[in-house]
Amino acid sequence: MRCRRCREAAVIELRQHNAAFCASCFLRHCREQVRRAIEQFSMLASSDRVLVAVSGGKDSLGLWDILLDLGYPSEGLYVGLGIGDGTAEGEPGSGYSRSSGAAARAFAAARGVRLVEIDLPGDYGFDVPTGAAAARRAPCSACGLSKRHLFNQAALDGRYDVVATGHNLDDEAAVLFGNTLRWNTEYLGRQLPVLPGGDGFVKKVKPLVRLGERELAAYCVLRGIDYIVEECPMAAGNRHLGYKEALNAIEERSPGAKHAFYFEFLARASTLFRPLAVAEHEGGLARCASCGSPTTGEVCAFCSLVARATDPDRLAAVSVGLGRTRRGGRRGVPGGAAGSAPGGASVAG
Amino acid sequence: MRVLLRNPRREVEVGGPLRVGALLERLGIPQESVLVIRADTLVPHDTVLADDDTVEVRPVISGGSS
Repeated sequence: MRCRRCREAAVIELRQHNAAFCASCFLRHCREQVRRAIEQFSMLASSDRVLVAVSGGKDSLGLWDILLDLGYPSEGLYVGLGIGDGTAEGEPGSGYSRSSGAAARAFAAARGVRLVEIDLPGDYGFDVPTGAAAARRAPCSACGLSKRHLFNQAALDGRYDVVATGHNLDDEAAVLFGNTLRWNTEYLGRQLPVLPGGDGFVKKVKPLVRLGERELAAYCVLRGIDYIVEECPMAAGNRHLGYKEALNAIEERSPGAKHAFYFEFLARASTLFRPLAVAEHEGGLARCASCGSPTTGEVCAFCSLVARATDPDRLAAVSVGLGRTRRGGRRGVPGGAAGSAPGGASVAG
Repeated sequence: MRVLLRNPRREVEVGGPLRVGALLERLGIPQESVLVIRADTLVPHDTVLADDDTVEVRPVISGGSS
C-alpha cells in the first residue's frame, strides 16, 4: 500500500478518504483537517488566548499538539476527577485519574507549555464515582457537568478567549445519533462546532470535528504522544459507546457515512432546530445564588451537585464502588461556574 | 504471533503469516475501531505479519457522555 501524496510506503489506510498515507503525509493531513475546521467555522483568531481542555487521552493531547504546531498560543486545563483512586491495584480502572493526569503533565513538560490543574476531590470535596452516586446521577453525567462548569470558570478566571475541546467526528456523530433517535430538538439546535461566548459563557470550539478517533489515535502514536489508552472505567458499556459502535458498523459498510451524517446535518438541518435552542433561554439566564454562574434555576447544576455529593447523610447511604470520597476540600464552598452550559453533550477524552 | 489486546489487557497467540486485515477478521474486531501497531509503528491492513511478530491491537473508541 502506497501513500496517496508521495508514493512512499503507507502506514495507515483511511477508507473514508479512499486513501492511504505515509507517516509524514498523515501528520500533515491531520493538521490540515484541523486548520480547515478552524477556518470553516471561524473558531479561532490568531490573537486568541486558547485554553485546551485536557484529559490525558488521545483527542485532547492530539488537539493541543496540533494547535501548538499551527501556531496558536494555548495552555491546558486538566481536571482531576478522582476516578479509580480507591480501586485496588491490578483491578480494572485502578488509578485511572492518576494515570491520565500524569499523561497530561508529561505532555505539557515535553512541549514546555503551561498546564492549569483543578482537583475535584481536593478542591470540591468529592470524586466522580462517589459524587454521582450521592447525587443519583450517571457517572458520565456528573463528570460532564463538572467539566463544563470548571472549564468555563477557569477560562473566565484566566481571561482566556476560547476553550477548545477534543470532541472529534465520532463524538459529534454519536451525540447527533443519540439526539436524533430521541428527537431532542433543543440539543439538536445547539449541536454546533462553535458555541459563541457571552452572558457568562466563554466561547467553546471543537477543532477536531473533521477527524475521527482512529485518526487521532494514529496521530498520537506517530507523534510519540504517550496518552492514556485504557478506557475510563465509568464509561464502560454506556449508551454513547453503543452509538459509536453502531455508527462504526455502518461506516464499515459505507465509508464516509459518519462524516456525511454530521456535516450534512450542519449544512442542511441544524438551522431548522436553532430557534428551539434559543427559545429555551428566552427568559434570560439568572445568576446562581451560590457561585454567580449563569443558570436557569436558583442554584446552578454544579453547585447543586457539590451540595449533594458532599452531604454527609447522602454519603452515608452510598455504597462506594470505584473511588473513595475525600472530604474537606480546600475551597470548602463550591467555586463558580456554569451548570447550564449550552450545547451540553459528550465529554471528550 | 503474539497479539496484545486491551480493555481488558490480555494476550493471544495466532498463527502466521497472516495479513493484518485477516487477523482482525479472525479476532472479530472491526477495522474502524482499532489500530495495529508493530515495533512502535502502525501497520496498514495489507501488511503480512510473520509468525514470530508481536503486535498490539489498540482500541480507539473512547469517551463518556453526559
